[in-house]
Amino acid sequence: MVHADNYPCLGALLRDALIQYKSETALIEVNRKNETKRLSYLHTRQEGFRVASHLASLGVEAGTHVAILMTNQSRWPIGAYAAMYRGAVLVPIDYKLQPHEQSALLLHAQPQVLLVEYSQWARLKNETLPKGITLLISEAPENAELPNNATRWEALPVPQQEPTFIERTRDDIACLVYSSGTGGRPKGCMLTHDNYLYQLGRLVDLYPMGIGDRFFSVLPTNHAIDFMVGFIGPLCGGATIVHQRALRPEFLRWTMQEYKVTHMALVPLLLEAFERAIQQRLDELKPLKRKAFNGLSSLNYALTQKRPNHAISKRLLKPIHEAFGGSLKYLFCGGAFVDKNRAEFFYRIGIPVAIGYGLTEVCTVATVNDLHPFRADSVGAPLPGIEVNIINPNPEGIGEVTIRGRTVMKGYLNEPELTAESIRDGWLHTGDLGWIDASGHLHLVGRSKNMIVTAGGKNIYPEDIELSFEGTPVSDFSVFSSSYIWPDTPLEEEKLVAVVRFDPEKEALAWQDLLKRNKALPDFKRVAEVLPWPQEFPRTASLKVKRQVLASQLRDKAKRQTLRPLA
Amino acid sequence: MSDVLATLFDLSSTRFNKPREELTPESDLFQALAIDSFQAMELLTEIEEKFGIEVPDYEIQDIRTFQALAEVIQRRL
Repeated sequence: MVHADNYPCLGALLRDALIQYKSETALIEVNRKNETKRLSYLHTRQEGFRVASHLASLGVEAGTHVAILMTNQSRWPIGAYAAMYRGAVLVPIDYKLQPHEQSALLLHAQPQVLLVEYSQWARLKNETLPKGITLLISEAPENAELPNNATRWEALPVPQQEPTFIERTRDDIACLVYSSGTGGRPKGCMLTHDNYLYQLGRLVDLYPMGIGDRFFSVLPTNHAIDFMVGFIGPLCGGATIVHQRALRPEFLRWTMQEYKVTHMALVPLLLEAFERAIQQRLDELKPLKRKAFNGLSSLNYALTQKRPNHAISKRLLKPIHEAFGGSLKYLFCGGAFVDKNRAEFFYRIGIPVAIGYGLTEVCTVATVNDLHPFRADSVGAPLPGIEVNIINPNPEGIGEVTIRGRTVMKGYLNEPELTAESIRDGWLHTGDLGWIDASGHLHLVGRSKNMIVTAGGKNIYPEDIELSFEGTPVSDFSVFSSSYIWPDTPLEEEKLVAVVRFDPEKEALAWQDLLKRNKALPDFKRVAEVLPWPQEFPRTASLKVKRQVLASQLRDKAKRQTLRPLA
Repeated sequence: MSDVLATLFDLSSTRFNKPREELTPESDLFQALAIDSFQAMELLTEIEEKFGIEVPDYEIQDIRTFQALAEVIQRRL
């Protein structure tokens, strides 16, 4: 096995993996129900060389920023490998962002090259891009007019000789990964090769992936979880990564069945959709069969309580397992709060959900449940070598979660003050509230910062949402996370609340305007409820709303019963 | 109202059990149907089968209203 602990940088790790497992299948790409690509490790290496040679010809070398903006497909890992082979700093950009948001990140990161899929380029082309940037565009139609600074991926020649490999040290930056910040201020987390390799080493010890395993990559690969367990992890173990270009429920199910998927990473929103699909099947069962199913799932739970046993679960609950291909060993779930009952439901049917907790700033996860035994009530224990501490605990032991260890990022790009604020004496201050139980497992209970994380894993900062309501005819307006106002709000119920001081003469008009503006926002950014608040908002000398003071007043005096839905 | 839009309303109201008369071309389909992006994808597949077309996922990446969705479908017919 190619083990992360033995390598100085991600490029070297991947370079050796592609040789070591040369005859195994590395990448499978499917579009709907048609397999469109199947690449062995050797073939992946050759494809990587085509891109790496091109990057070399563009002057990409150690430390050059190379951005990647693609949906989940085989060229994502190929492009990323090529950039790392040349010693570049990879800048993964979320394809789900709006074009102006992508442009802001690119202007901040200043990449020399952008690897981009044509459909994404078509969305981005009218936005401002960094000066001097060069594009490598994949899948452009033959008749498409491309700018002068672009090259077609398909036109890249097969190099006559191996491009020069550029090795990096553990302390060098491997990736610049953007975590959403407030006020549209990009937060580029500088993650080193050591951050990744150390984390990878610990994760594969807990959840090994090897030859014959097939990881189905459905989360965007720029997401920290998929980058680690859906790209680097499978390749260093000789496993296969499966990409589906049409990420829709029926094609997901078909792909899982057809390719006997063994591992997947999901955000809670997808896990919920999976549960819905299973429940639908169960609801269709006749009462007797349903009773039998309940009995078998209880038996499975009893037999696998101490540790998962895929063979037993599969035998007991064959029809359910076969609906997902019959080979599913683990689901990794993170990025947002995972409902305890949902995780237990999956465990009962023999599909363990590995729940972890992490932030982009700590690479992927800081804590993870090792499933020995399975516990849905906590987000797991710290990975070996990672310290998790609770500061300023209240009498119940609840305080801010801080993290120290080799997976904590180097800092935010060009933001020394923000970095110093977030990392103090090596401890990353997460802004999340939690407590640690006697067995060392972390429990999250809320946030000390004003933000929410949606079930889709997106961080939403209320301050950013306020910008969309500028000019609304009200006297005072501020948006909060419900759990910031009322810290006892369960994390699965946190939502955006607009606190509004209405002008009595314009109240009806204001409601209309609020509704209209709210509707124009993407669903995950919408304000859920309005809290009418008659008092003038406390403000600073420069007339900014004193959020903490207002939140504290609301906590003391506002009644939740006065909340009104904004829909 | 175009035929495409009318069919879209029929399919959506049946699938998600919503009164058809509440749906308008400018309705936000996520909000009007109270669905998440995953369910929207299921609807899209049903639409494709109905019209006998294929719409790549990226073409509906920024779609919010029934009208906008109808235009995407119309272009593929």
